[in-house]
Amino acid sequence: MRNGIIVKDDTVVFRNNEKGGVFLKEAYEGLGVDYPRFYKMDLLSKAGTVAVDALLKGSMDLAAARPETTGLVFSNRNASIEADVQYLEASKEYPSPALFVYTLPNIVIGEISIRYKFKGENAFFVSETFDADWMHWYVTDLMQRNLLKTCICGWIDAIGDRLDVCLFLVEAGAAAGAAFTTENLNGIYNKDYGK
Amino acid sequence: MENKQELITRLKEQIIRQLKLDDKKPEDIGDHDPLFVEGLGLDSIDALELIVLLQQEYQIKLKNAEEGQDVFRSVSTMADYILDHQNAAH
Repeated sequence: MRNGIIVKDDTVVFRNNEKGGVFLKEAYEGLGVDYPRFYKMDLLSKAGTVAVDALLKGSMDLAAARPETTGLVFSNRNASIEADVQYLEASKEYPSPALFVYTLPNIVIGEISIRYKFKGENAFFVSETFDADWMHWYVTDLMQRNLLKTCICGWIDAIGDRLDVCLFLVEAGAAAGAAFTTENLNGIYNKDYGK
Repeated sequence: MENKQELITRLKEQIIRQLKLDDKKPEDIGDHDPLFVEGLGLDSIDALELIVLLQQEYQIKLKNAEEGQDVFRSVSTMADYILDHQNAAH
């Protein structure tokens, strides 16, 4: 999800001229996400909700997935700064609990876990840029230790008008799809998807 | 004193503002739609916001937490609760 488009497996699944939160609302409606909590979420959680919906739809058998071994590992550059600033500004009048709950980046993991009932290991890392080496090592370690059989991982950054989301569905023993390697993670993340 | 339908319309605007539901419009919220889980998809944190809304806008304090389940079932039940309090006060 970048520059007004959502691409899945090299196919554009949504395109719009809007940016930021308006783009996400249009994508939410255009992709038929249908999850009412979306409207109360911060920008980061909205981006995660729309992106994971697009990622999993038609690609993951949710009924067959084991909640305890399905996890999420994300990273980004700006943590939850969008929600932090909004909460800070609102606090001058009234410290809103509804805004405060989004002042941590891993809340997006919670929102996705609530929706799909995932209960596996999860983590959210903050780094300057997408660190494919670290993401690959961390997820591989969780899967080699049989803590996870399925992992949704990747980069999910949202600030103002700028959305930069690149997610991967990693499944142990998957028969199809690209191999889970650092090179593939970097290649997919750095690819120019245009507009 | 405003009638129930006027109060419901005002409540919808206040709920959208209080809960920062920027993408929602009053007409998106049905009078009898459930506010929690389904409908607006609100949770216990949002219940706090609705309690604050009642205190700030209508000077009403809930007597106990259990009462909130019935009061916050929908915008219509919230309006009934507010009107009951206003009638009792006069």
